[in-house]
Amino acid sequence: MIRVVIPVHLRTLAKVSGEVRLDLPGPVTQRSVLDALELQYPMLEGTIRDHVTKKRRAFIRFFACQEDLSNTSPDDPLPEAVVNGTEPYLIVGAMAGG
Amino acid sequence: MSSVRVLVGTKKGAFVLTSDGKRQLWDVSGPHFAGWEIYHMKGSPVDPNRIYASQTSGWFGQVVQRSQDGGQTWETMGNKFLYEGEVGNHLFYDGKPRPWEFKRVWHFEPSLTDPDTVYAGIEDAALFKTTDGGQNWEELPALRSAKGELWQPGAGGMCLHTILLDRTRPERIYTAISAAGAFRTDNGGQSWKPITQGLKSLYELPDPNAEVGHCVHRIAMHPSRPDVLFMQKHWDVMRSDDAGDSWHEVSGNLPTDFGFPIDVHAHEPETIYVVPIKSDSEHYPPEGKLRVYRSKTGGNEWEPLTKGLPQSDCYVNVLRDAMAVDRLDSCGVYFGTTGGQVYASTDSGDTWSPIVRDLPGVLSVEVQTLA
Repeated sequence: MIRVVIPVHLRTLAKVSGEVRLDLPGPVTQRSVLDALELQYPMLEGTIRDHVTKKRRAFIRFFACQEDLSNTSPDDPLPEAVVNGTEPYLIVGAMAGG
Repeated sequence: MSSVRVLVGTKKGAFVLTSDGKRQLWDVSGPHFAGWEIYHMKGSPVDPNRIYASQTSGWFGQVVQRSQDGGQTWETMGNKFLYEGEVGNHLFYDGKPRPWEFKRVWHFEPSLTDPDTVYAGIEDAALFKTTDGGQNWEELPALRSAKGELWQPGAGGMCLHTILLDRTRPERIYTAISAAGAFRTDNGGQSWKPITQGLKSLYELPDPNAEVGHCVHRIAMHPSRPDVLFMQKHWDVMRSDDAGDSWHEVSGNLPTDFGFPIDVHAHEPETIYVVPIKSDSEHYPPEGKLRVYRSKTGGNEWEPLTKGLPQSDCYVNVLRDAMAVDRLDSCGVYFGTTGGQVYASTDSGDTWSPIVRDLPGVLSVEVQTLA
């Protein structure tokens, strides 16, 4: 069971509260997590990644286990703590404002 | 008894304002989609409870919302706006070619006959259409063949913000694009031509009479006279009596002819409204006085409408999609400001009062007149 935290505005859009929990049959990577998330909540398509290129939107960040994974390969395995559900995978709106 | 519903898009959510035909007491619903920019909402003329909303965010991109109950509840529709075929290039700020890139939907224009058919004007400028109620969107790509390689964004972005449908000629569509101009198709979007003859942009373009590049801010039409168009250009208020084939200036005695919105009275096709703004770099009313100007002669002769509007220290703007009229016997006129006020007049502009004063900055105002 993968735990995913999404920004509050996307929770509203997806009509969920709290963490999203996903079952992934195969390797747990950022790509497989995001694919599963969008499959379960199709209204999130295009809001985190580009529809076609699947590149991260500019002001979205991906964190896990106190690490910024935003610019790592989407096909790298996620940390074991995310895979076993100890730690969540965080999708975060980048800081803005002043 | 008739009633009205005012759809207000703001920088931080959508608001739905409703009143009976007297338009004195208002119910305010919202914010819907709190925290998101709502560029535009518009209802279907044939099914007024069917409303489409453009919800956007710098973080999360574009979302399309649809209501089937007059804005009480909403459902998320398709948000995939993919340019047709080879994307091609327009000119960028540096004068170099740059591929078109979708940014947001500026304007929805529902079909006059089918609630499932809607046109969408987007940035980077292109026209899209859905025929399944907003689930899937397809581009009408021929528009970008109208010298699209020469279009270049202005400071506000290269957005397609105006879509006008002609009730008498279903195959005719007008569009307007910031810093690109105005365009017309007479065959349902298979081909388009610039309709800019007579426009002059002395200080904005190297060739003031260029076919494309004029910064059109808004075009309005009365449905009973679809060949007569009124345009608020970057500078200049213009009029065409031949479906855009030629234009002439009708700025007349306006204190400044810069501005964004323009609209036509519901029952008097020669009565038009603009909100003069001081200049292209000072986006507020001249002298700090918020004045709507009305011409009852289709332009040239204008009168200021001030009763109920702030006449000192007012430095708000009124954006291009933020003015609308209702169709009640005594025509209502509405506009929203970047300061969050939505003003209404129930007597064709003679007097005004605020419906709400403290919304987030208003991006768009549409009005539905309900039976």
